[in-house]
Amino acid sequence: MIWNPTFECMSREDMHRCQSRRLSDMVERVYHNVPFYRNKMQEVGIHPEDIQSIDDLSKLPFTTKQDLRDNYPYGLFAVPMSEIVRVHASSGTTGKPTVVGYTRKDLGTWSEVVARTLTCAGAHKHDVIHIAYGYGLFTGGLGLHYGSEKIGATVIPVSGGNTQRQLQIMQDFGSSILACTPSYALYLAEALEEFKIKRSDLKLRVGVFGAEPWTENMRREIEAKWSIKAIDIFGLSEVIGPGVSAECSQQDGLHVFEDHFIPEIVDPVTLKPLPEGHTGELVFTTITKEGLPLLRYRTRDLTSLNYQTCGCGRTLVRMKKCTGRSDDMLIIRGVNLFPSQIETVLLNMSETKPHYMIIVDRVNNLDTLEIWVEVEQEFFMDRISEFQNLTRKIQHNIESATGLGVNVKLVEPKTIERSEGKAKRVIDKRKF
Amino acid sequence: MIIKQLSIFLENKSGRLADVLGVLGDAGIAIKALTIADTSEYGILRLIVSDDAKALEALRSEGFSVNFTDVISIATPSEAGSFANILKIMAANSISVEYMYAFSFNQKAAIVMRPENITRTIEVMKSQGIDLITSSELRAM
Repeated sequence: MIWNPTFECMSREDMHRCQSRRLSDMVERVYHNVPFYRNKMQEVGIHPEDIQSIDDLSKLPFTTKQDLRDNYPYGLFAVPMSEIVRVHASSGTTGKPTVVGYTRKDLGTWSEVVARTLTCAGAHKHDVIHIAYGYGLFTGGLGLHYGSEKIGATVIPVSGGNTQRQLQIMQDFGSSILACTPSYALYLAEALEEFKIKRSDLKLRVGVFGAEPWTENMRREIEAKWSIKAIDIFGLSEVIGPGVSAECSQQDGLHVFEDHFIPEIVDPVTLKPLPEGHTGELVFTTITKEGLPLLRYRTRDLTSLNYQTCGCGRTLVRMKKCTGRSDDMLIIRGVNLFPSQIETVLLNMSETKPHYMIIVDRVNNLDTLEIWVEVEQEFFMDRISEFQNLTRKIQHNIESATGLGVNVKLVEPKTIERSEGKAKRVIDKRKF
Repeated sequence: MIIKQLSIFLENKSGRLADVLGVLGDAGIAIKALTIADTSEYGILRLIVSDDAKALEALRSEGFSVNFTDVISIATPSEAGSFANILKIMAANSISVEYMYAFSFNQKAAIVMRPENITRTIEVMKSQGIDLITSSELRAM
């Protein structure tokens, strides 16, 4: 089934017209309402009337996560705060999160695109949707929640954590669709045995998994262990949250809801647009959002686009599964982590210098994070308890800055390689 | 009365102790006392050596995390009850011990200790007539 065939199966020509009209309206709006965008456009000598169609898109300046941070918290909102009805946030590099605001209309758009996502995955009103994404500032939980209600399904807002209770609820409440990160889906599958819950007592048939990169191998593993269809869904809070793009049952690329978010692929170095099929950095321009419209927002995710009509009948452009990034951001248990966050924590402590290494692994399908920190020559310590206190302090500071549990290991000075250029700070043993 | 002890951070990796001792040997430094406090991942090597300043420099230039710690050393006869007597004195004066290690030679024994309050410990020991070893005495052993 297709939730909104008018837009999801629109001819490419009609989509071009629809996007062009919405784009020029949006540019007009941000030019007059957001000083940041007006300045940026004036810098490159662009006026709203220069943007007549989507073909003019590449004339517009880019927006980055740094721009959102520089305008923390509400600087890029295009409407007065009285029109903002909800705020979400994602983790940031210096302790300051990236803040996004939604008007009532934006929340409607969000429910609409998540409704399309779920329908794309094969969900309908008779489903019981088990949402194990975190509820709160993170967009995962509430995003899936309202989309599930919109399609008329039964929503179970379990939120994250407590594996035994998750499985018990899945069994007792008859969950038929599971929404969580792919690594948690695998973890849950393995916990079935531990808690003596039989697969045959569960009604699960589809999983909608996102918020972190995962491979085709991981998909096969999840599908085999659960005997379900595992669907990749994509979103980022800056653009709207979950609901930016989603796979259908063909599992051949994610349909981008491009009547709301125009995707482009650019060369991450030259920033020049790349032709169809070429892999590069994914860039989004939101054309219907009111609260936080974004002009050419650089996601840093690497992928490619395919404009062929899908076997499911949707004409929407498809993006490949994201497997890489053009920056150093790590996604750990669905949480974004920049190495610079660890650096900041260590710089802010008098006992440590930013000589560190981040080791990420996946053990029993859960991401593990270990930080090696060099013991400073100048920092005097003679007792084991002092080292243990230091370890705990670093651990605590990293956890409060990033929200991620971490194992800290003290190592001898000069253990971590120094290099003149870009220091290698991360060893990611997970295979994507 | 205060003796400078070297405290060195070491990861629990085979060969690291040999590396430290090799650096000291090459610099012509003799080891007078040695102990290791360890956890599963790392340890602290504590040493009293013939030339502490030279040892510190040699180890730092090799990149070890090393520092001086003030400790005292107490001489006792190597006989039953003498060690207990010293600890009784400390307990009676409410002085706690961070750590200690001891060795005996001929008919005497030497205790190296890091007490909680080093100046007060020295005073108490002196007032009780306990023999404290100076660093030159310890190095001459």
